[in-house]
Parts: sequence; structure tokens; C-alpha cells
Amino acid sequence: MAKNNAKAYWKENIRYVLILLSIWFVVSYGLGIILKDTLNTIKIGGFKLGFWFAQQGAIYVFVVLIFVYVRLMNKLDKKYGYDK
Amino acid sequence: MINSLALFAAMDVQTWTYILVGITFALYIGIAIWSRAGSTKEFYVAGGGVSPLANGMATAADWMSAASFISMAGIISFAGYDGAVYLMGWTGGYVLLALLLAPYLRKFGKFTVPDFIGDRYYSNTARLVGVICALLVSFTYVAGQMRGVGLVFSRFLEVDINTGVIIGMIIVLFYAVLGGMKGITYTQVAQYCVLIFAFMVPAIFISIQMTGNPIPQLGFGGKLNDGSGMYLLDKLDGLSTDLGFAEYTEGSKSLVDVFAITLALMVGTAGLPHVIVRFFTVKRVKDARKSAGLALLLIAILYTTAPAVSVFARTNLIETVSNKPYLSMPEWFKKWETTGLITFEDKNKDGTIQYFADKSKNELVVDNDIMVLANPEIAQLPNWVIALVAAGSLAAALSTAAGLLLVISSSVSHDLIKKMINPDISEKGELIAARLSAVIAVCVAGYFGINPPGFVAATVALAFGLAAASFFPAIILGIFYKRMNKEGAIAGMVVGIASMLFYMMKYRLGWFDDTLPDKSNWWFGISPEGFGTVAMILNFVVSIVIMKFTPAPPEDVQDIVENIRIPSGAGEATH
Repeated sequence: MAKNNAKAYWKENIRYVLILLSIWFVVSYGLGIILKDTLNTIKIGGFKLGFWFAQQGAIYVFVVLIFVYVRLMNKLDKKYGYDK
Repeated sequence: MINSLALFAAMDVQTWTYILVGITFALYIGIAIWSRAGSTKEFYVAGGGVSPLANGMATAADWMSAASFISMAGIISFAGYDGAVYLMGWTGGYVLLALLLAPYLRKFGKFTVPDFIGDRYYSNTARLVGVICALLVSFTYVAGQMRGVGLVFSRFLEVDINTGVIIGMIIVLFYAVLGGMKGITYTQVAQYCVLIFAFMVPAIFISIQMTGNPIPQLGFGGKLNDGSGMYLLDKLDGLSTDLGFAEYTEGSKSLVDVFAITLALMVGTAGLPHVIVRFFTVKRVKDARKSAGLALLLIAILYTTAPAVSVFARTNLIETVSNKPYLSMPEWFKKWETTGLITFEDKNKDGTIQYFADKSKNELVVDNDIMVLANPEIAQLPNWVIALVAAGSLAAALSTAAGLLLVISSSVSHDLIKKMINPDISEKGELIAARLSAVIAVCVAGYFGINPPGFVAATVALAFGLAAASFFPAIILGIFYKRMNKEGAIAGMVVGIASMLFYMMKYRLGWFDDTLPDKSNWWFGISPEGFGTVAMILNFVVSIVIMKFTPAPPEDVQDIVENIRIPSGAGEATH
């Protein structure tokens, strides 16, 4: 029983990690590097969008991603009784 | 009252610097005396009861070194878009830390990174490889920090560089040896406050000056304050192309290299032992996750401001010097010329400064570091702001140096002496050994600071490359792949480090050829800075292949892996 509980917890955790790391990859390597030239044709204020993602946007998203993970995991810990 | 205000305004930069540096140093020493370590647990992991916020601040100061504070904005200033490799590379690693490493290593509950490697891979050989990696990474990194301390002293207080290094050594010695991790943690909290204040104040001043926006992150995307209605970045793009440089927002590195460097720095960040051990100091697994988030938030304040500073400083520099008579240069120009950080050679003898990308016509060479160090002077900010930059640089360099020295001393006293050479050593004996190795480590670091090895420029890249090539794969596989065994992990780490060292020696230091091989010889077009990515992949591949042909780890080790995946019951860090 305890073992199944641990397995299910781990599976959900891995799912969160994979989703969040995909976003991590897309904003930095995708929008900031690979698609930079395309995005640079769009301008927001004085910023070309690709340049902005590479030097600003990606970093903001990184911070948000960690706090989202913290929230998701605190909930998950509670759900599986690992919060004690 | 009026008299004292007048006195304040008239005080010169040097007096201000002595006052601010003096106050901050007294503060660090006071904290060290208050938070002495009484046990090995306090010495290695600050007793294990640090709050997530304090740990976040300490991690941020630990992480942001002389390179982040002094050099990064300048490097970006000259690299333009390409500077993103450092901005994303040195922040994105925290996502990996928070999601893949910190919670599990905290649950594991040991004192050092080689401790995890040794226990998870049930082998003292693995532990020894871990110790060697930790020492290699930390020593290459710490030499640069001591050098940074010496440079700041020499530039702002006009003492000899070596004297500066020695003063820095004494301060670090004091609080690292006396306080261990506990002393370091609480001084780092103070150092974070000093360094972030010192970085933000000039940035905000200059942002208001140039764009009228007090938030630098928005200011550098805004319009100029001079009534032209032009966007600052458009103006800088124009100025850059006029002088023959690449457009500022475009950059010039190849896509594959930008990709590789960013990944190597991210993964290297997540594998640096002095960053990882910070997460051993919090109480619970959930605190480890939270403090990784707080650390990145606090780091991001500086990292999102730095590219704004780069744009302000570069624009200011070009406008001040380009095509202007040498004799009309302001005082700061002459002052930094005497330090050798700015050099002017009037090639066409017209008495005017020609600043061009084309090396045959260019007459001005500007060192990266000036962009932060001289920025307040270039923007004509008050003297106390200039002095603040000195205190901030010292806080950044000292906090990182202390964190690294702790990794070095604990690798020696805990992993080498307690776990391998003399397991019967008493608690008291181990604490003495830890303090002694900290003293020796400070002396070695100071020696390298005074006599920097020729490869100092390559060392930061080397430290990240080595961390990416060794610890990151070994730890990730140790947590996420239960079947991973000692044979695979050891072979992977050895191949990872060896390939990284080889590539760095061949393509950065040119040790194997008569002349340094040029870019066209790089494997897959990847620079030595980015090679950590390749070495990391090699480590993963070798580990998994070797593992397939060798026996599975023992049952009790597999149980450990299952146990660290569950957050509850994280006891306090134990031997």
C-alpha cells in the first residue's frame, strides 16, 4: 500500500516536472534562441521580441516556473500525506 | 546641520569608499563572531535550520560572484544579444536545481556532494572522484574571486593588488574558519543586501537620466529622454552599425554555439557543489524547493537589471568618446587610463578618438569591467554612489569565495578524512580538521589570487564545464534511474571530466599545438565555453552503456533511491 502510494506520487511529480521543463525549454531555447530572428520582426515598445525573451522574458518565466512547482508540490504532498 | 551637509557633498570618492567598505567589513566580522560554529553540523550545514528566505538570500550572494557583479554587464555591453547566454545560462540552472536536484538531495540529508556520490554509488572510488571534481571546480572558481577582491581594492583604494588580496583573505579567513557554514550563511545574507543595493542604485539613477523611467528593466526598452522620441535600443543599434559593429540586438555567435553555451552554463550551475550544499541547510524538503525559488527571484533582480545597465553604459560610452578630441575627455577617462583598463592610441595622429569595430582603424580599447566600475562616473553620479559600487563588488567576491572555501574544506575534512582515511576521528577532531583545511584553502586561493595562473580567463568556463560534465549527470541518474550503478556513474564522470579538460586545453589554452587552433576546428562549431554540453551528453551515454553491462546496485541502495523520492521524514542532516 505505502509502496503504491509512493509510486503514484512519483508519477504525478514526474508529469509536473516534464510539463514545467518543456515550458522552460520553449521560452529560453525556443523563443530566445531558435525563433529569435522571426520574433525580432515583432516589436513591443523599444524591444524586439526575440531579444526581449533572451535577455528578460525567459528569466521572468524561470522564476514563475519554480513558484508554480512549489505550489503544485505542496498540494501533491498533502494529497499523498507526505506533508507531515 | 548645513555644515555637515556641505561636508557630505564635498567628501571625495576615496573617503566615501573607506567609510562604506569599513562599515560593511565591520558588519561581516560582527556577524561571524555572533554565529560561531560549535559542531561539525553547524560548520557544514549551519545546523540545518536556516529559514527558506535566509537561505534564498545566502544562495543568491553565494551565487553572484565578482563575475556577475563586475564583469557581466560589461561583457553583455560588448556582446549585445549574445550576452543572453550568460543571462539565461546563469538563471535557468535554478529551474533544474529546484525541479530535479535540491529537494532530493535535501531529503538524502548529508553534508556534501561527494557524500551523495559516495553513498548512492556505494563506493569510495566514486566518492574520491567526487572529491576531485569538487576540488577542481571550486579551486578554479575561487582564484578568480580573490583576484577580483584585489582588483577592487587597487582601483578604489589605490593600494597594491597583492595587499588587496591579503586583506580579502584575512576577512574571509575570519568568518569562514570561525563560523563555518553558519557564519557564512548569515554574512551572505548581509552581503546580498549590500550588493543588490550597490547594483540597483546606479542603475536606477542612470535609467532616470537617460529614459525618465525609474525601472531599468523597462527603461532600456523605452524612449530617450532627450526629446528625440527615439527608442534607446534603436539608437544603440544605429550607433553600433555606424561604427562597424554588429547590430546590438542581433549578435554574432552561431546559433549552435549560443545553444551549447547556454545549456552548459545552466547545467553547470545546477551541478556546482557550492550552490547545491546551500540546500542542505534548510529544515524540510518543501523549504528546499521554496528557497530555490526565492534565490532565483533575488538573483533575477540583478540579472534583469544587468542587460539594461549594458545598454545604458554602451550608449553613454559611444556618445562620450566617439569622434571627440582626446583632450576634451572627462576626468574618469584619464583615471581609468592610468589603470590600463582604457587605452587610446592615436593611429592617424588627429588628436580625435576613432572608435571602430575594424581593428586596423580602431584607436580605443575598453576593458569589460569598466562598464560597471566606471559607469557611475561616466553618468556623473554622486561620490557616495561610486563608493557603493566598490563595497558591492567586494560583497559579491567575498561571499562567493567563502562558499567555495567551505566546499573545499568540507571535501577534505569530511569526505577525505572522516569517510575515507580515519573514520574513527572524533567530532572535535573533525571540526579542527575542517577549520585547518579552511585555513589552508584560503592560503592556496590567496596564492592563486596573487600569482594568477595563465589560464585564469578560461577558468570560469572550465568550472561550469566540469560541473556540467561530472556532477550533474551523476546526481540526476542517481535520483531518477534506480538501476544506475557505480560502474556506470564512475566511468561517466571520468569520461566527462577528461573530455572537458582535453577540449579546454586544446581549444582554449592551445597546449597541444604550436598555435591556438581557430574556430573552424571546433567540434560541431562549439566553443570551449559550450563544450560542457557535449561532455555532459558523453557522461550520460557512457554511464548508461556501462550500466547495461554491469550488475544492478544492491537492494539497500535501491531502497535509498525510493526513499529520497518521498519528501516526508527528512531527518536532520546526519553523518
